[in-house]
This record gives sequence, C-alpha cells and structure tokens, in this order.
Amino acid sequence: MTTFDLNGRTVSARSPDDTPLLWVIRDELRLTGTKFGCGIGFCGACTVHVEGRATRSCITPVGAVAGARITTIEGLDPQGKHPLQIAWLELQVPQCGYCQSGQIMQAATLLKDFPNPTDQDINAVMAGSVCRCMTYVRIRKAIKLAAVKMQGGAHE
Amino acid sequence: MREMASEMKSSSNRASGTDWRRSPKTRRVLVGSLLAVFLAGVVFFALAWRPSIAPVARPVPGSFPADLVAKGEALSAIGHCAACHTAPGGQPFAGGYALHTPFGIIYGNNISPDPATGIGAWSPEAFTRAMREGVARDGSHLLPAFPYYAFTQLSDDDIKALYAYLMTRPAASNTVPANTIPAPLRIRALQEGWKILFFRSARFRPNPSKSAEWNRGAYLANALGDCSGCHTPRNVLGGEEGGHPYAGWLIEGWIAPALTDTNPSPVPWTQQELFTYLRTGVTPLHGATGSTMALAIRGALDLPVVPDSDVRAISLYFSEMDRASARANNGEAATQEALASSSLGSVQEHDPDADLYASACMSCHYNRAPTPIAARPELALNSSLSLSEPTNFIQVVLNGVSNTETDNNTEGAAGLVMPAYGSSLTNSEVARLAAYLRRTRTKLPPWNHLEKKVASIRREGPAYH
Repeated sequence: MTTFDLNGRTVSARSPDDTPLLWVIRDELRLTGTKFGCGIGFCGACTVHVEGRATRSCITPVGAVAGARITTIEGLDPQGKHPLQIAWLELQVPQCGYCQSGQIMQAATLLKDFPNPTDQDINAVMAGSVCRCMTYVRIRKAIKLAAVKMQGGAHE
Repeated sequence: MREMASEMKSSSNRASGTDWRRSPKTRRVLVGSLLAVFLAGVVFFALAWRPSIAPVARPVPGSFPADLVAKGEALSAIGHCAACHTAPGGQPFAGGYALHTPFGIIYGNNISPDPATGIGAWSPEAFTRAMREGVARDGSHLLPAFPYYAFTQLSDDDIKALYAYLMTRPAASNTVPANTIPAPLRIRALQEGWKILFFRSARFRPNPSKSAEWNRGAYLANALGDCSGCHTPRNVLGGEEGGHPYAGWLIEGWIAPALTDTNPSPVPWTQQELFTYLRTGVTPLHGATGSTMALAIRGALDLPVVPDSDVRAISLYFSEMDRASARANNGEAATQEALASSSLGSVQEHDPDADLYASACMSCHYNRAPTPIAARPELALNSSLSLSEPTNFIQVVLNGVSNTETDNNTEGAAGLVMPAYGSSLTNSEVARLAAYLRRTRTKLPPWNHLEKKVASIRREGPAYH
C-alpha cells in the first residue's frame, strides 16, 4: 500500500510496491491521459511529474514515490489552460495525439528549468519524447510560444 | 609384496604411536601446551567478562530537563541513530534495520525505552558503558557494527543528553530478528579479541593548533557521526585501517568515496559545497546523495534541530582534509568544461551509444552554462563517473533513486526521483552507457570488464532498499 498525492488529492494504491506508477495511475486510479508507449522509459509517452519534475512513470515503481506529489496531464492546470496547453491548441500540434500528454509534461519541466529555451535546450530535453507522427516542428514552435506566454505568469 | 605390507604395518604402528607416550619430554611439552592454551582461554574469558548492571525502573520522561532532551535530539540526528535503529516504515528507534555486512546481516537493536525489548531498564551507567565500551546492560559484548569505537570519544554531557532524548521517546515493544552471523563469530565473548586488536577507550582530545570550529567538526565527525565507519578501509576482521583514514571503502554494495585529497570529484568539496550537500542531500556541482549516505542526511543532518553551525563545522573539517582551498581554482574550469560536454548526444551523429544516452538519460541530465541545475544532476561533475570503479554508476542506473518519505529508505535529495532502468536496459546497454559517459564526460582511463560488473551488481540486487 503506497500513499501519495495525485493532482492535489491523497490517494492510496493497493498494488504492490514494485508495480510501475503508470499502471497504478491508469488501471487502478483510472486517469488515462497518461499513455503507455514503450514500457522501458525510452519514448516519453508515460511522462508525469514527480514533485514537479518530468519522470517516466512506466519504469518508476510506485513504492519509490511514497509521500511524493504526482501530477498528470489532468492535473497540470485545473482548467486545462497551462500556457503549453494553450500554445498546443493554437498551433494545432497533435496529429494522432498519443504522445502529446507526455510531450507537454516534459516540456513543462523544460520551461521550468530553461524559461527561454534555445534549440539546443529543446533538442536535449525533448530527445527522449518520441512522436510517430513527426510533429516535432510544431512541438518546437509551441514550446517557444508557451515560453513567451509564460514570461508573465507563474506556472509549473 | 608381503615385506612391503609388513613394513607399512610397522610404520603405521609407529604413527598411531605408543612411542611418544613413553617419552617424558614429549609428554611434558604436550601437557605444558595444553595447560598454556587452557590458561590463555581462562585469561581471555576473564578479560572478556563484564558484569551485568542492575536493571532500573524506566526513568519518568518528565524527569529530564527539556533543554537536555533537545540537545540529545540534535546529537541523535547528527549521529543518525535512527538510521540503524529504525526498520523501514517502523516506529523510530524500535530497531530491526538490516545492516548487510561481509559477516552476515546484523539487525539494529531496539533502543526505545521499552524495558523488556528496548533499553528502558538501562541506568545511565549502563548506557554510558554501552556507548564507550560496547557492552550491553547484561554484560554481553556489542558488535562493532554499533560504532562504540567512535562514541567512546563522546563527552559526558553529550552522552547524558543522548540518554535523556532516547528515554523520552515512546516505548516500542519490538523484538528484532536474530543476526545471521555464523558461529564462532557470533560468540559475544570473542568480541573481546576484536577490542584488544582494534579498540581503545579514550575521550576526544581537541587539537590546540586548530580553530574551535575545526575541532567541533572533528569531534562531530569522529566521535558522533562515525563518518569513517563507511569512508575508511577495513581489514579482513572489520577493523579500520589506521594508516588510511577516510581513503574510501565499499559499503553495502556502494563505494563510499575518499574524503581526502584523493577524492575524484572534478569540483573540490569546499566547506560551502559540503554544507549544502550535508544539509540537503544535493548540490549543483556534485549531484545528489544515494545509498547509505542518504541515511546520514535525510532524517538526520537535514533536520531543523541540527544547528547550521554544527554542519558547517563538519564541512570545514572535511574541506581541510581534502585540501579544497588548494584546489578551489579548478572548480570553475571543471564546471565550464562539464557544461560544454552536457549537450553531447543531442546533435546528429552516428554514435549508437550517444543515441542510447539521448533517449534514456538526457532529458533529465542535460545542463548548460552558466551553472548546472541541482535537480538535473550533471554527470560530468558526478563522482559516480570519476571513481576508479563504475559501481555507483551501475547501482543508480539499475535501481534508480526513490523518494519514499514514509520510511527511512529516502534517498537522494528531497523530491528527486530517478526511475530504475534495471528492467529496461540489458547488461550490455548499461555497460555501453557507462563506457560512453566515461569516454565523453571525463578524461579518465576507461573502466574495464563493464558488462561483467553490471551482471554482478544486478545479481546482488538492490544493495540498499
């Protein structure tokens, strides 16, 4: 039994400690915005925030986040209006959409660490987030747009 | 043939031997030696014998002054008593933490004031003897996994304060599991032998040529923190090698790096860097703590009850030991060099190892000038890449870093979690990552037999979980 904070509410997982956090979030706690991609931490689709930092949930055992604050795409912004989400809509980034919640969660950490990201910063930090529809060009644009939008407000 | 058989018979007669019994000289020597061995045994067990100290009624918690209890709380945190005396998820000081030693598993005793299973019946004299001589109230010898060889240096006042603190904790009725030390090592009286070889009972003597802050640091590090317990090499009997204090050692499957000027970190451990690390478990220029060191920081040195001045004193002591001030100028150059290499892997190149790194590691570990971010441990500055062995690097990659606030297995810095790549990377892929990073992030010679080392650490399982 592992207790942690999920999008602002305290939850307890019945799954054994070595269960991947992703399975607990999707199958037990029924938040399905976070996706299963490769299952080995190599594609980024499962990215959630642990204490505000992008983390691959498919290879993070739930026991390792006991007491920690977890944020999924559903909790990134209460109204779904995080600057990244707005930029994503404005630029119509997704094609099939499967990887996009992971892309946005990873980009949120990118902007937290590098508020005005260079192309090199984006290449390095987003390299582990794979998109089969090749929306990379629009992802890069949206990140830069969100960076501009965020200069005014405080966001995770 | 018959002759040969007869010859053999006669020689076997001699061997099974009635002859020696007839020789008074041999007999004298034999009886003499037996007597000597027996007498030596008697003398040894007489030396080893310690009286039991009469049990007392558990002291009333209210009988201890509040300031003494508070002082004991800070000392207990610096000495990280809870680390070995609290089981994961268990009640504080109720014992049961499994310490994996080369001699077997030793379980931390219950030191809560429960009279039956803890130390509630221990008088101040019994507690002081345990701390300074390594002898339990009932007269049995304690194992040197309990660092009485360090605590012997503690002052009377500090032992009193620790007693007051422990006696005012909630009593927990908890019998800890039996140690798995094999016979004959488990015979407690034999510990006297270890003590004769490696233990001297003595109080801390300040070094008059050093500052008060340095001496405070030396006292806390050596008498209370027992930093050398993990960071000093040990001989086959588990005694510390006096000739190489703080030269680094392997403990619970991890390398406890050298704290002398042979420490391989690219940026020297200055007083400020050590202070930040010991206070929070992470610094931007050195990275986050892992393994058993986390037990000395999280829920210990990072507690608000520990005065900043004490952590600064410990930091000063070790920054002088590693001669940080003589090397401080290298720090900025090393940092800039590290940051220049941090984007390697993000550009188009025909290097499958770089691709592996870019896919699995770079999104969290990438940094850029002017300074690395603490939450993005900069691998080029991390000692796991600059140690002579890849042990710590492999441990972290395979087992990750957890953040379990609910028990004392908390690792790393607060809030920092790293997934465990043990189930997604093969031994050969972990070996490739290690070789790639060693090659591109340091100027040190390559590690050898990497795949074998990964396999061996994987077989051992998480050394500390």
